[in-house]
Amino acid sequence: MKKQFLAAMMAAAMVTGLTACSGSGTPETTAAPTTEAAQETTKAEAAEEAKETEKAEEAAAPAESSGELVKVGIINNDPNESGYRTANDKDMKEMFTEENGYEASFAYSLKNDEQITAAQKFIQDDVDYLLISAADTAGWDSVLKDAQDAGIRVILFDRTIDADESLYEASIVSDMAKEGQTAVDWLKGQGLDSYNIIHLQGVMGSAAQKGRTGALDEAVASDGWTLVTQQTAEWNAEKAQQIVQSVIDSGESFNVIYAENDDMAKGAVAALDKANISHGVGKDVIIMGFDCNKWALEELLNQNWNYDGQCNPFQASYIHEIIKTIEGGGTVAEKVVIMEEKGFDASEITQEDVDKYGI
Amino acid sequence: MENKEMKKTGVSQMFASLLSRQIFIPIAALLLLAVFNLVTDPAFYKITFGYNSAGDPVLSGYLMTILDYGSELAILAIGMTLVTAATGGQDISVGAAIAISGSVVLRVLCGTNSRPETLQAPIIVAFLVSCAVAMLFGAFNGVLVAYFRIQPMVATLILFTAGRSIAAWINNNELPIISEPSFGYFGGFIPGIPIPTPFFIAAACMAVTALLLRFTNLGLYTQAVGINENSSRLNGLNPAFIKFLTFVLLGLCVAVAGLIKVSRLSSINYSVIAKDIEMDAILAVALGGNALSGGKFNMTASILGAYVIQFLTTTLYKFNVQSDALSAYKAVVVIVLVVLSTPVVREWLSALWKNISRGQQGKEAA
Repeated sequence: MKKQFLAAMMAAAMVTGLTACSGSGTPETTAAPTTEAAQETTKAEAAEEAKETEKAEEAAAPAESSGELVKVGIINNDPNESGYRTANDKDMKEMFTEENGYEASFAYSLKNDEQITAAQKFIQDDVDYLLISAADTAGWDSVLKDAQDAGIRVILFDRTIDADESLYEASIVSDMAKEGQTAVDWLKGQGLDSYNIIHLQGVMGSAAQKGRTGALDEAVASDGWTLVTQQTAEWNAEKAQQIVQSVIDSGESFNVIYAENDDMAKGAVAALDKANISHGVGKDVIIMGFDCNKWALEELLNQNWNYDGQCNPFQASYIHEIIKTIEGGGTVAEKVVIMEEKGFDASEITQEDVDKYGI
Repeated sequence: MENKEMKKTGVSQMFASLLSRQIFIPIAALLLLAVFNLVTDPAFYKITFGYNSAGDPVLSGYLMTILDYGSELAILAIGMTLVTAATGGQDISVGAAIAISGSVVLRVLCGTNSRPETLQAPIIVAFLVSCAVAMLFGAFNGVLVAYFRIQPMVATLILFTAGRSIAAWINNNELPIISEPSFGYFGGFIPGIPIPTPFFIAAACMAVTALLLRFTNLGLYTQAVGINENSSRLNGLNPAFIKFLTFVLLGLCVAVAGLIKVSRLSSINYSVIAKDIEMDAILAVALGGNALSGGKFNMTASILGAYVIQFLTTTLYKFNVQSDALSAYKAVVVIVLVVLSTPVVREWLSALWKNISRGQQGKEAA
């Protein structure tokens, strides 16, 4: 009896535990709309009116003059995911404030289904704009149709989805292949006698990995560069350190480390330091990273690394421009906006760049 | 060679007794890997003496890499063996717990500034705080398992899920970087000593464990609880407390491993630090021939198991096996081990060996 009771208790505890887990996992919406229920009912009309007035005053900051805030629902990935995401979230929060004429609600999840649930909730809340950085590319069609039927405009940022273009106003993304190409072009420009490259890849199949690997693979094939090793370190500094350590132990020589993010470059450098292999500007091994973390740019500034490719997390200003255009009655010229992304060379980087572009 | 021939019977007897011993499995695995590397590329064993970029003498080579990177795993294997023995279950939260304790170390060292010029506290203080925190989280797991009688894997699943977020929260999701070179000694080299420090730390942990098992009843009690909880209670032990204690000790091991991990890069990445290390630690215990259902254990075999895993990892890296395929190779090892450790196969093997040696003796007599 005792045991049975205990088992029942445990089952109960586990169930509550599970629900508690999923509870914390579900997208939390912060900054819940403060508007009252009565206001809600008249909101649609008010929004219509606001739009009318907006049309009159071309390209003014949205709703600023009319005093009506533009309601945006922002669905993003968990800001803890990476430094990139943290910077991205911060950028969003700084842009979509009441001072700028917005009333923003945020929902975070790394899971697609939870994001879709959050989107449905935002549609019910009758937001004006739905901004989505989708966790997964599939499964968004029906919810986007619902949004369209409700007259809500959708803007995708950071990640694209597999849905008909008519379902969203614009998508603001990074071009990973271009990032890779910029880096490889820079590497070509170094004019080394021979290229013996250690290539540290990100998690296989991710957009960033595919884009950044693709460009290098092409150059290796066309320019006769040598890949000493090509391995995935899964964005992980420790794994990168072990992989590079293994190459050092084998005694093979190399003069370029092409790491697809800053963390892996850092791991590689730790292995080089252990073996007293010099790296950086004018040294034996060229170090290349991506993402422009602040600490990575500082390494560039100190001449310990050679190159860092930007992956721009600052989409908020682009979104702001688009909303301004739409609210002003204009049409968005291009559906897919590719953000400008730089590559930094250690010999040219300045402290200003570090402060401005470091994430 | 002559010597060997003369002692053939002795050797074969020894081999037969070794076969039935627990430590046979990790030793066999180690030998297999060692011979494989010797045959394919003897340069595997080359150790060179050089200097690192700070100008300190260092030894390098694959063997040193194994000793170096296997250390955290060996330390974790100690705690995991105790937990396994006492509870018959495993702690799957050690990776997340390492993230937490590493984060605590950095937090104490950095204070509020994520990139301090000077350390805000002595390293030893940071380490002691992280020990306390890690033991606290170990105690949390221990209470759930020992007093609430939740399955260890389910109980530790909580921390497994939440741990990395807690780690990020401790540092406000910033990524602290420590520029003080002395912090790097724990995961690198102490100036003047060419052997990697993690190995010394691991050796110290082993020595402490050996003393603990030799001069206290910890080993006996954990095994007694693991073999039969009820009878150990009847014999005056407190099984719940022993189980609880093993989790706290594992917490201590986690803190030590966490210090080495964050010291290696003088930084941390919450989502990937010590990723999947819990599986390797459990594998080390299994590789040591310990029953994962608890009871008797052999600490030396577990530690050896940890180094075998690193040996395997290093070997696979050497052969340029894609690192995301490493786990598949480890899975093969697990399958072989599980099959080998079943009593059926063991009896069959020792019977086979007896037959062979008897046949040889017969030949020699004739």
